[in-house]
Amino acid sequence: MASLVPCPHCGARPKEEFTVKGAAQVRPAPDTDKKSWVDYVYLRENPRGRYEEFWHHTSGCRRWLVVIRDTATHEIESSCDAAFAGQTDART
Amino acid sequence: MTSYRLATGGLIDRQTPLSFSFDGKRMLGFEGDSLASALLANGQLLVGRSFKYHRPRGILTAGTAEPNALMTIGQGGRTEPNTRATMQELYQGLEARSQSRWPSLEFDVGALNSLFSPFLGAGFYYKTFMWPAAFWEKIYEPFIRKAAGLGKASYEADPDSYDKCWAHCDLLVIGSGPAGLAAALSAGRSGARVVLVDEHSAAGGSLLSETATIGGASASQFVAETVAELASLSNVQILTRTTAFGWYDGNVFGAVERVQKHVLDPLPAVPVERLWRVVSKRAILASGAEERPLVFGGNDIPGVMMATAMRTYLNRYGVAPGKHVAIFTTNDSGYALARDLESAGVNLVAVIDGRPDAGFRYSGRARVIKGAYVSDAHGRKALSSISVWKNGSVETLKADALAMSGGFSPIIHLACHRGAKPVWSDEQAGFLAPTGLNGFELAGAVNTNSGIAACLADGAARGAACVEALGFTASVATFATVEGDIVAPPAKPIWKIPGIKGKAFVDYQNDVHRKDLALAVREGYGHVELAKRYTTNGMATDQGKLSNVNAIGLLAEARGVSPAEIGTTTFRPFYTPVSFGALAGGHFGHHFQPVRESPLHDWAKKQSAVFIDTGLWYRSSWFPRNSETNWRESVDREVLNVRANAGLCDVSTLGKIEVCGNDAAEFLNRVYSNGFLKLPIGKARYGLMLREDGFIYDDGTTSRLEEHRFFMTTTTAYAAGVMTHLEFCAQALWPDLDVRLASVTDQWAQMSVAGPKSRRILQPIVDDDISNAAFPFLAAKEVSLFGGQLQGRLFRISFSGELAYELAVPAGYGESVADAIMEAGNPHGIQPYGVEALSVLRVEKGHVTHSEINGTVIPADLGFEKMVSQTKPDFIGKAMLNREGLTAEDRPRLVGVVPLDPKASFRTGSHILAKDAAATLENDQGYVTSIAYSPHVGSTIGLALVRHGPERHGEEVVVWNGLCGEFTAARLCNPVFVDPQNEKLHV
Repeated sequence: MASLVPCPHCGARPKEEFTVKGAAQVRPAPDTDKKSWVDYVYLRENPRGRYEEFWHHTSGCRRWLVVIRDTATHEIESSCDAAFAGQTDART
Repeated sequence: MTSYRLATGGLIDRQTPLSFSFDGKRMLGFEGDSLASALLANGQLLVGRSFKYHRPRGILTAGTAEPNALMTIGQGGRTEPNTRATMQELYQGLEARSQSRWPSLEFDVGALNSLFSPFLGAGFYYKTFMWPAAFWEKIYEPFIRKAAGLGKASYEADPDSYDKCWAHCDLLVIGSGPAGLAAALSAGRSGARVVLVDEHSAAGGSLLSETATIGGASASQFVAETVAELASLSNVQILTRTTAFGWYDGNVFGAVERVQKHVLDPLPAVPVERLWRVVSKRAILASGAEERPLVFGGNDIPGVMMATAMRTYLNRYGVAPGKHVAIFTTNDSGYALARDLESAGVNLVAVIDGRPDAGFRYSGRARVIKGAYVSDAHGRKALSSISVWKNGSVETLKADALAMSGGFSPIIHLACHRGAKPVWSDEQAGFLAPTGLNGFELAGAVNTNSGIAACLADGAARGAACVEALGFTASVATFATVEGDIVAPPAKPIWKIPGIKGKAFVDYQNDVHRKDLALAVREGYGHVELAKRYTTNGMATDQGKLSNVNAIGLLAEARGVSPAEIGTTTFRPFYTPVSFGALAGGHFGHHFQPVRESPLHDWAKKQSAVFIDTGLWYRSSWFPRNSETNWRESVDREVLNVRANAGLCDVSTLGKIEVCGNDAAEFLNRVYSNGFLKLPIGKARYGLMLREDGFIYDDGTTSRLEEHRFFMTTTTAYAAGVMTHLEFCAQALWPDLDVRLASVTDQWAQMSVAGPKSRRILQPIVDDDISNAAFPFLAAKEVSLFGGQLQGRLFRISFSGELAYELAVPAGYGESVADAIMEAGNPHGIQPYGVEALSVLRVEKGHVTHSEINGTVIPADLGFEKMVSQTKPDFIGKAMLNREGLTAEDRPRLVGVVPLDPKASFRTGSHILAKDAAATLENDQGYVTSIAYSPHVGSTIGLALVRHGPERHGEEVVVWNGLCGEFTAARLCNPVFVDPQNEKLHV
């Protein structure tokens, strides 16, 4: 029905504006072994609790975000622009 | 005897009579009445039949929880079934009809069900599945279908409009009884943005039914003054007729406002309902408490009513429930009604108090029978007497109305919508909301306060605390002394009443009685969630607002445990039913989804195009001419004309993405499987985009307009997906690359001018030299048009296999440029062609689309192995492309297929069998992905993905359609049916 996702660029926006892609994994280097690639492409954790995901602000600023949320409570811990996901001070 | 209007009293406007009808009978009520109060004032006790047994039912409550008085309101497209008469405001001309009865409310054939009731107990529906099977279709199913169901929806279109909107506030207060009003006042005075919602027509809640006074003023006067102050504050918004129906993540609340459900003719410019999404930093639930019915025999006979409801009808609407009224209570609240009935001059027969030690100091005249229970109520369509059980002996009292109060359940629904479980409290004799709701507080009766003064104080304190937590400076609102306040401390609930003879109902709406619950326990369905489904208790439109706690109490007693051990079923939105209209808002009819029209839409219309939906787009499919009656005639003509002369096709719907930045070439090099670093300026290249798993995602041409500026095209279907994918690559995978992306699909009108005469047609329009030497195949550049009047982009690319150009001009110029090309091409025989002809042309040329790129296909399957760079260090899909299965020898690969008999045909999706092989799954060698009738070849042609296909050109096979039982003798061949040497492209 309704809930809000914090966008570091646009503020809290309704979730209908976003598209979720799934686990925010790090893409392996091209020469990484096959198993890592299979894991990256096909295997996902399915945790009850904290989960890092890629969300796209499709109907907003069109930036890709890393959103950390709790899959059980839907509580969103933080979000940041995916381009800065590695930087500790990028989270809102 | 029956209910009637008192000569004085109530908050109704006796100067404004309103005429309405019930089942065609004309009646009169007053402004301020609810439909229920008006019916009672007219002596209409019988208002409906029950769902299963078709028992006569009367009005039970005065509010949201009403299970019996469900009616169909209105006419035609405005017909609204299952309207609760207790929530429906009366208006002049209202037409109400009773439901669940046939042929009439007074004489209902379905009431015979009562005779079969031994067979209709809990779980009967499931038992019909078991035995005997032959009975199901002929007897059970039609019987249940006819008997079940509430009101009927109209088949006519709803003439009214609905709206959706957002509200943002610091504090949302749900409920405007004493606690809600006080909370809003404390918070509102601090300057915080407050939204106060109440589902009734006026603010005030229980205060509107009170005879207590506050500082000497009547409770309703107190409400009026408080509401006036709140209304004067610009930071406070009061929404009445608004039900907060759900609490969602991030403290977003859903609410529905019935803007014009209380008028006969809604204003057309104003929606009848509004769906609100309220984003609030803090919220207070001041929803009050629901009085619980008592489960005794005949507790559903018209005339039996909740005590607080009876008090509301008496005090707010000036309606007496009968001439001889009895009260059956388990707590002190019943005495408030006793006092009010007596001061209104209604004969009070007796107060039956279940507590032997009841200590309330009652000063009225009526007889008080302590330690006694009403075991049965008697009467058919109206109450006539009651049996009072005390210590095993039964006394019969004459009464035409009976009020009951089995204690109060806090209305905690919203507090539990996000998954928290209610907690049973023995002390409070009810389920309470869990604590720690993070931003959502409870105030008033829902927070276990009883009495006006306590609710005012609790609301005021919590309202102030909420906004102080947000940084506002608030003081707790204070109020004058309340006189006549009756505080009813929680009393021990009485689940099981002794001496019952008749049917004792727990869930009125679904006709679940006390024995059904006992049966559920005996048959092993005693778990609360199982009992709910087995008995259907709480599954009606009222969602068990009155019945759930009683059912839990009875289950607990039957199992010999505490209600705490039984627990509740899950509370979910919506709190009350919400209309589809409100949820749909403006998104209906042709507003259901947006329509995308190409910039050349009007040009195509002028050319008499037949349009086809392609996602949100309307694409021109073909252009009928003169005597053509069959689409194939038009398409064949268009195809032949492109091959012989020239055609113009609207290709504006293809996705267009501008890729800029110092690393644009490197970026493209990583998202395409083929190389783009060395693409020269002024050149286009066909690109293949893979998914990370190695399969082809999309294809298209990308042109280098400048060193650091590229113009990419995608397929129509994947335009949005490719854009999102590229953004992901640029932002999440390689943020270090300097690349910027802009979707420009709608900025350009793009037309394909194809055919051997296309250059002759275009050259007079394009100022630049477009000869083969100056502008060869795959040339791409910005050009000047019409003697410098317009700039456009010209691409020498071809989907048809003919000499062809794609010209892009700014969208607004599309139609006039297309007109100009048609005019210039007229002497050369130019004709428009649509996507059907385009598809034939591309199948003839062996070009693939998403029919072939179907998610199971890698580049080599389509003969594109050379488009997979072996030198690039990385691109999307590279790592997974070398997997075992993707390098297998016998993968189905692209091949052409033609029937041996040119008159024969086959369908897309048919499978390929070796010539003499049996039609089995094991012999399946591949399948047809696309077909077309090729006027060039003179027969049906197809593209197929077949094992070892490219090595089998010339082999005879059978095309097998197992669904239709069709077998077509055919030959595999080169998938390029036209100009296999690509000579036409380079002329």
